Amino acid sequence: MSGPDVETVFRAEYGRAVAVLVRLLGDIDLAEEAVQDAFTTALERWPRTGVPPSPAGWIITTARNRAIDRLRREATRDGRHAQAALLHAPDAPPEEGPVRDERLRLIFTCCHPALAVPARVALTLRLLGGLTTAQIARAFLVPEPTMAQRLVRAKAKIRDAGIPYRVPRDADLPDRLGTVLAVVYLIFNQGFEGESGLCEEAVRLGRLLAELMPDEPEVTGLLALMLLVESRRAARRDEHGALVPLPEQDRRSWDRSLIAEGQTLVRRCLRRGRPGAYQIQAAIQAVHSDAPSPARTDWWQILRLYDQLLAVAPSPVVALNRAVAVAETEGPAPALALVDSLGLDGYRVLHAVRADLLRRLGRTDEAVRAYERAVELSESPAERAYLTRRCRDIAPAP
Amino acid sequence: MKYYLLNVMQPVGEPPAPEVLAEIEKNVDAVDRDMREAGAWVFAGGLHGPDSSTVLRPRDGDVLVTDGPYAEGKEMLGGISLIKAPDLDAALEWGRRLALATTLPIEVRPFVDEAGDR
Repeated sequence: MSGPDVETVFRAEYGRAVAVLVRLLGDIDLAEEAVQDAFTTALERWPRTGVPPSPAGWIITTARNRAIDRLRREATRDGRHAQAALLHAPDAPPEEGPVRDERLRLIFTCCHPALAVPARVALTLRLLGGLTTAQIARAFLVPEPTMAQRLVRAKAKIRDAGIPYRVPRDADLPDRLGTVLAVVYLIFNQGFEGESGLCEEAVRLGRLLAELMPDEPEVTGLLALMLLVESRRAARRDEHGALVPLPEQDRRSWDRSLIAEGQTLVRRCLRRGRPGAYQIQAAIQAVHSDAPSPARTDWWQILRLYDQLLAVAPSPVVALNRAVAVAETEGPAPALALVDSLGLDGYRVLHAVRADLLRRLGRTDEAVRAYERAVELSESPAERAYLTRRCRDIAPAP
Repeated sequence: MKYYLLNVMQPVGEPPAPEVLAEIEKNVDAVDRDMREAGAWVFAGGLHGPDSSTVLRPRDGDVLVTDGPYAEGKEMLGGISLIKAPDLDAALEWGRRLALATTLPIEVRPFVDEAGDR
């Protein structure tokens, strides 16, 4: 079979098909069933007939016909489908602003603030990414029945509470967009810690959002941030799977095309003069990407960016990252004073940073204890492997 | 249109000082007025405290009458607003205004059936 196969079309078009069908049918479960039916039909038919000229159109038309058949069959014996007009009720308020891609409505519904964060993440991956319940459960380390129940409950709440299928009006957009971006970044970070497929999925969602909302600089900023971090994937683990931190990475294995794309996006969004947390974090990553070696990193620039980040998104974690830049510009002693004022005792990264600062100050015993504490708090085997090695390297021979 | 119940969740204990209460009442009245003007208002009212409450429990075909609230808690239902809204976003917008006016948490609960007057 030439051209795209069913699998490729599924990856590319599942979200769009579900989004269109939710709009038509007013019910998420019905839409999912219909789209899955259509892909099953495609699997039987396309190998014989070849891929149709517009695979996405074919899937959507087939799904719609299947859904209408099903509705007709079940209308008389099952009252549930009487509600099918729910989301496009005739008295629904008219859309404000220009008509946009259906997927945009779907992502705002999936990431509605009335849903719990884990439910937002699961729905987004399920409905827009087309991941199976089993895949999502595995990525988030929960049993599959737990994840299945989470999805069922979230969909029930959307239906029962009347969460609208709509892009928020402009006045609510900054808040609501923030919720959407947070979900995408959470998916990315979960992938960073473990299941790498999630990073690709998050980047895909980021690209989709950037395409659908080209005028939102934070959307571009998040995509740039993810691309720049993703560019170092190959360099981030050694041959034993242990974490390799930025200064020790082999910069030759960074993905130059992702870096170029990320840096172009950083410049484009910063030019708009509406900096936000994702844009600034992306800019920080861009400075690292620029440096040919750790020693030639422009730490003053990074420190200025952290000052800016702390102003728009103050948090102890940002303050900790800023302290790392202080260590590189002003020295480990003032950085240690900052770190010790943060009160983040349960945060593993704080102890790893502290350990490194203490080591540089020659306070080896304290450094060893800080490494041990970081290892204790870490849940990632790759990170533990790295921290244990660091600790062994500096510990005085017994 | 759907019906939503906005529950005002009030801490059990002494009510605020009279001048504070007067300000709250004024603000709640303003939200109430706007709900009526927008056609969202169905019913609203404040409730007496749990001390005034009586509970009826079915038991062996009979009904047992007991004094006091159904459950002791740190929070109680202080009042309700019953509204009509096209979707949750619209209901949450009224709930948000009521939270600011009452200075109290608001629980937004959808009714099972859609409003019959669509």
